[in-house]
Amino acid sequence: MADGQSNNKANRRQFIHSGLRGAVLFVFGAITTLLGLNSRKERTVWQIDPNKCIACSKCATNCVLTPSAVKCVNYFPMCGYCDLCTGYFEPNPVALDTGAENQICPTGAIIRKALEDPYYEYRIDEDVCIGCGKCVVGCVKFGNGSFFLQVRHDRCVNCNECSIAKVCPSDAFVRVPASSPYIFRAKENQS
Amino acid sequence: MNLRVKLILFLCSGMIFISQYVSFGIERFPPPDFEPGTYTMPQATKPPPRAHYWEYIDMALLLAALSLASYFVHKKRSRKHIFWLTLFSIFYFGFIRKGCVCPIGSIQNITLALFNNGYLVPFSVVFFFLLPLIFTLFFGRTFCAAVCPLGAVQDIVVWKPIKIKPWLENALRIIPFVYLGLAVLFAATGSAFVICEYDPFVSFYRLGGSVNMLALGGIFLVVGMFLGRPYCRFFCPYGAILSILSRFSKWYVYLTSEDCVRCQICDVACPYGAIASPTPTSQENNPIISKWSVFGVIGLTVLLTIGGAYFGGKLSVPLSKVNYVVSLAERIAGEESGKYKGQTDESKTFRERGGSIEQLYAEALKIRGNFATGGSIFGAFIGLIAGLKLIESRFTRQTNIYEPDRASCVACGRCYSYCPREIIRVRNLLKLRPIQKQE
Repeated sequence: MADGQSNNKANRRQFIHSGLRGAVLFVFGAITTLLGLNSRKERTVWQIDPNKCIACSKCATNCVLTPSAVKCVNYFPMCGYCDLCTGYFEPNPVALDTGAENQICPTGAIIRKALEDPYYEYRIDEDVCIGCGKCVVGCVKFGNGSFFLQVRHDRCVNCNECSIAKVCPSDAFVRVPASSPYIFRAKENQS
Repeated sequence: MNLRVKLILFLCSGMIFISQYVSFGIERFPPPDFEPGTYTMPQATKPPPRAHYWEYIDMALLLAALSLASYFVHKKRSRKHIFWLTLFSIFYFGFIRKGCVCPIGSIQNITLALFNNGYLVPFSVVFFFLLPLIFTLFFGRTFCAAVCPLGAVQDIVVWKPIKIKPWLENALRIIPFVYLGLAVLFAATGSAFVICEYDPFVSFYRLGGSVNMLALGGIFLVVGMFLGRPYCRFFCPYGAILSILSRFSKWYVYLTSEDCVRCQICDVACPYGAIASPTPTSQENNPIISKWSVFGVIGLTVLLTIGGAYFGGKLSVPLSKVNYVVSLAERIAGEESGKYKGQTDESKTFRERGGSIEQLYAEALKIRGNFATGGSIFGAFIGLIAGLKLIESRFTRQTNIYEPDRASCVACGRCYSYCPREIIRVRNLLKLRPIQKQE
């Protein structure tokens, strides 16, 4: 008698449990369908929209990586190859040479090389660049704006929520498809 | 495409060109025309992100690891195998994959995608969210046992775990639900991904990160030496969902229940306080009192739910400050009324772009409204969970043996190697095998 009762109880519990399992599976199915209608196959990565970026220097300190995954890029077709590069030199440089006191870059990551007179080439040494964007400010304000900050995907770990995006004051961090993970400034996008 | 559409598109693209040209004043210094052949212009490099096929490897390995974990827990019943899988998870899901997107964090992606049609979630994220849930539905929390890298790292640092009182344990287990509710609220309103922001171990797996997060991870690991899996038990929001699903999983961790000798060794061996003790027999002697306590506890649950909804709604104003739009609107409002002097980077950018302040206020108010609704639901949810916990603690199922509690057992398999009955059972199995072979 008692055995039959406990058996009954156990059967009832099993029945309820399998019912609950079915209900939960149904909910999962519903979620999948809902999301499936509205999902994309490809995964996305973080990138800075250079047209929104104000080079506030928060990228240098807020990335989960040290140094930051954000680096400066020089887009050469836009570069003026100026002698007095406002992205390279301090506002009032003592001399237009590679002396550290003249450079705006705190880590000396920009390599200046003389080409035919009066042009100079400016390359970014990405291993040294910390993504502070000081050069970007100078170049955008007074120059052609060929310097801009980009998330470098050989370093970026693609956090679920980018800790820089969280503090970005100009809302410049966007999700882009992993197949075209860079946003270069206007000129390339137009062509 | 007809001609008119083409024309409009052409004009639009022209306008975009002009607007960009004006706003950035590019080409103040025209790029030089180098003599052909004298200078090759360097290309700005574009290092690609992690290759696409890795995503499929991740998904396949997750499926494989979950299947193996379930096999080891239920079929092999072997702590040793589970331990090796734990090490693999630390190595692959931790150090190689470096965390994102993990099932715990994916709660937020799924929520945001459900509430915001503009947010598209890749298939792999849906997969990472659902697969462990489905496995839990059938096999219990085998995901926690050896697949989750956050659980794995806490599992191997357990050294001298202390027992905490069941009432305290029960009370603390409400925290994951609060965390889950908050995470869903913030994700649904598009404000923040708090789970990821306060993930204590991701910076450890990346071998870097802010000092605060590394310190938090360190604290969790040190505490974890003396209090088994502190994050999983008292914080993990995904664990909160799993603890509900595992209550009615098809298979679950059991010891040899029919001939338990009540030696209590499993209870001592379990570092996570997940072994349910036999219920004292004198509990339901007085039917009148127990009848009243039924009404009392159910009434209290209703009260807690209503009260939670009320206070949750009140929380909407402080909670909504986490949202970017709301905080910007508050800043701008403060600047307009002279409360704040000067501008922040945010307000300065907003003004320079010529955003409409009225529109910003309207948007912020709408988000705050969402927070009011969401906050009430959140509060009611917490009240309900607290009430259900009370009901559960009041009416535990009568048992006279020691057995793993289905909700809180993370299937680490330690009890298998301690239960004397289980050891005898395994030994008998091993003895029987050669005889069966001879026949």
